[in-house]
Amino acid sequence: MRTRIWTPTENPLRDPRDRRLPRIAGPCSLVIFGVTGDLARKKLMPAVYDLANRGLLPPGFALVGFARRDWADQDFAQIVHDSVRDHARTEFREEVWQELCKGIRFVAGDFADDQAFDHLSETVRDLDRVRGTQGNHAFYLSIPPKFFGDVVQQLKRSGLSVSEDGAWRRVVIEKPFGHDLESARELNHTIGEVFPSGSVFRIDHYLGKETVQNLLALRFANTMFEPIWNANYVDHVQITMAEDIGIGGRAGYYDGIGAARDVIQNHLLQLLALAAMEEPLSFSAKDVRLEKEKVLAAVTLPKDLDLGTARGQYAAGWQGGQPVIGFLEEEGISPTSTTETYAAVRLEVDTRRWAGVPFYLRTGKRLGRRVTELAVVFKRAPHLPFSATDTEELGQNALVVRVQPDEGVTMRFGSKVPGTQMEVRDVNMDFAYGDAFTEHSPEAYERLILDVLLGDPPLFPRHEEVELGWTVLDPILAHWAERGQPEQYESGTWGPQSAFDMLARDGRTWRRP
Amino acid sequence: MRRLDDTTAAKVAEAIDYERFLQGSSAVSRVLTLVIVADETTQADAVRAAAEAAREHPSRILVAIPRPGRGPARLDAEVMVGGADGLGELAELRLRGPLAHHVASVVLPLLVPDAPVVVWWPGQSPEVPAEDPVGRLAQRRITDAAASARPLKTLETRCRGYQDGDTDLAWTRLTPWRALLAANLDQPHDPISGGTVSVQKGNPSGTLLAAWLQMRLGVPVDLKASKGPGITSVALHTARGDITISRPDGGVALISRPGMPVAEAALHRRTTDGLIAEELRRLDPDEVYGETLDAVHHYLADPPASQPAARSSKSLASRALTPAASASASAKATKPAKPAKRTAAKPAAKKTAATKKTAAAKKSAKPATKPTTRSGARKAAR
Repeated sequence: MRTRIWTPTENPLRDPRDRRLPRIAGPCSLVIFGVTGDLARKKLMPAVYDLANRGLLPPGFALVGFARRDWADQDFAQIVHDSVRDHARTEFREEVWQELCKGIRFVAGDFADDQAFDHLSETVRDLDRVRGTQGNHAFYLSIPPKFFGDVVQQLKRSGLSVSEDGAWRRVVIEKPFGHDLESARELNHTIGEVFPSGSVFRIDHYLGKETVQNLLALRFANTMFEPIWNANYVDHVQITMAEDIGIGGRAGYYDGIGAARDVIQNHLLQLLALAAMEEPLSFSAKDVRLEKEKVLAAVTLPKDLDLGTARGQYAAGWQGGQPVIGFLEEEGISPTSTTETYAAVRLEVDTRRWAGVPFYLRTGKRLGRRVTELAVVFKRAPHLPFSATDTEELGQNALVVRVQPDEGVTMRFGSKVPGTQMEVRDVNMDFAYGDAFTEHSPEAYERLILDVLLGDPPLFPRHEEVELGWTVLDPILAHWAERGQPEQYESGTWGPQSAFDMLARDGRTWRRP
Repeated sequence: MRRLDDTTAAKVAEAIDYERFLQGSSAVSRVLTLVIVADETTQADAVRAAAEAAREHPSRILVAIPRPGRGPARLDAEVMVGGADGLGELAELRLRGPLAHHVASVVLPLLVPDAPVVVWWPGQSPEVPAEDPVGRLAQRRITDAAASARPLKTLETRCRGYQDGDTDLAWTRLTPWRALLAANLDQPHDPISGGTVSVQKGNPSGTLLAAWLQMRLGVPVDLKASKGPGITSVALHTARGDITISRPDGGVALISRPGMPVAEAALHRRTTDGLIAEELRRLDPDEVYGETLDAVHHYLADPPASQPAARSSKSLASRALTPAASASASAKATKPAKPAKRTAAKPAAKKTAATKKTAAAKKSAKPATKPTTRSGARKAAR
């Protein structure tokens, strides 16, 4: 019956002024590979339910699980049920669940198993008929990257990667997008062979966070920040992502990857790009990416990598009142592992706007507390009409965008201490976005999954951005590889001494976030 | 919590500041002031809903409870700041005696400086919200036709009294329905020749939905009475059968389309806090609602109702009332089904036509604002 491609603009019920109407995904299914994984259980499947509960999934939506388990549909449904019950954000409603449940299918098999993929192909065709998914299917690869090649080749072989009649097929992959530039290119090549680049969605759940998007609103919707958002006024920028937990049960994943590959390459460089980029022509996916790519291409490394970087491994200690073991004592970690759990780098952005302004990026595990923030630290006032003793306690002005937890914006400036004496001291002014746990502020994964199903890509990094990220990081990683064991730092502190020294050499200090 | 008996607005403001100081936070991000004008029977539920919505939109909530009666003018207040439920700032104000008629005078000094003001009447609401003394302070005025004694009558009043910034929870309740309908028409479908909305008797949302569909689709949309709860089904007629969304139990919708398997989707009746949170998300005028009210005006004047008896008597009466309105509505009804492509110029043109015809009905055209001429025309016709 599909004679031409129907565009929503022809829909008389839609009106750009009608901002109440949410976009609901069209008929489709989501096929998840690796449903037994942590991510699928804790994030993906609950997010699917939350979307259903908020009425944002299409009627007749189908969820297909693929794994090497001897399960029937009902067994898988039970797994989904349990994960939804334990981890969903919105309340559990039996009728929503019953409806979702009708679209749940399971296909058992190995990634090398032709028969299993033929079965998957049949299942998907059957869903088109029974559930009316109309040939629209998204494949979520929640599996280690080494299997990506097998799976996409299987999708190609079984005809699942192509569609007809204007229906779509999309593939979703998670970070890490490779472990260096070469492997990232290889990965991109593997997937690009089967899926066109417009159908590949790279999920970086950080980009789904409201505050990251808020950063763009803060910068480009206001007049009071942008005029001082440059080297004339900014002294330096600090981007921090700190975790208070250790590697937990992820030794297998983490050993050999480390903090820089895990966090800096994607999250922190993305935050840097959003903070440093020029104003995009529009907020369309293409224009925003263009600006981000320009900034990432302008990132330069410190000349002496020993002085401009720092890394460490957490040692045993007390973290928030709990005794904890060191990284090298964790189960599954070799006592001679050189994987870093803390990484800090000093980068510069070679543009007129940022000439001479260092960007300090740091991330680590078992640090003081869990926090992600972007702090723009301003220069001191060029002249202070106060005596030196009046302003002894005055630091530098700062604008801090808190990404998590407690999302919001903090401004730090000087204010007079009450009393007869003239004395100026730093004060903080806070803005907190509303409670992050209401029904209405979507958890990052929900938003990203919905965007995949809608085919709306602005929040997803393109492979050019990924490759630029590796271009920045590769020399640092190569340098570290020659340097042997990272420095130890006590758990529950703010990282190794070398990181503090790195800033001290520039006459600066890390913020205590 | 602090109680202030026989107090003044200034003392209440002081108490809020002091309570906030005691909480240890001197700068709370309040993005707006929400004024709730309620009576004792509606205030408790309204406060609960507003407090829930305030988690998303940190606000100062002022609950004004007028208690007219004999006795001297007196203001009693209870102030609450912070609290375990994530509430921002709440002041319950009881206005006794003659003060009950001067709510605005108490509310005005308590508004958060330079932040938007939203007023919400959870129960009875003024005829023209924008001209109410409290309504005049607000960018956005929330009423609830369904909470009034005669919802459909109230909806008519809404049509006459509409000004930019007005909104009604009867409209907000429709969002999930409208979203689902719009999503269905995002899919390829045959031309739509008409529609039917089945709704519980006396439910104003049903009338709004029918009028909206008729306006947007350009085809006649009937209203049919059902047992409820709320709206129970919407059918859009096409040559190959109906596109139907039915929700018999107020929870799950069954969606059937010609040539497609029947599907289900969550379509819950909504809670008040969800409605208020949605309202607070947008503080600019809701043009689509305004146009829909315009359409309701025409719709009530000349409904394409399925009951012929009801239709003839009603439409006769209304035809005498606003000849132009019913003429345009019936002209619309005979138009062939085609997706109404709306341009920016179109609504404006329609508005001038509306002004013209009301002016014609009134004969003595007096320069005044749009809604007043319209209500004036109604009164004159009566």
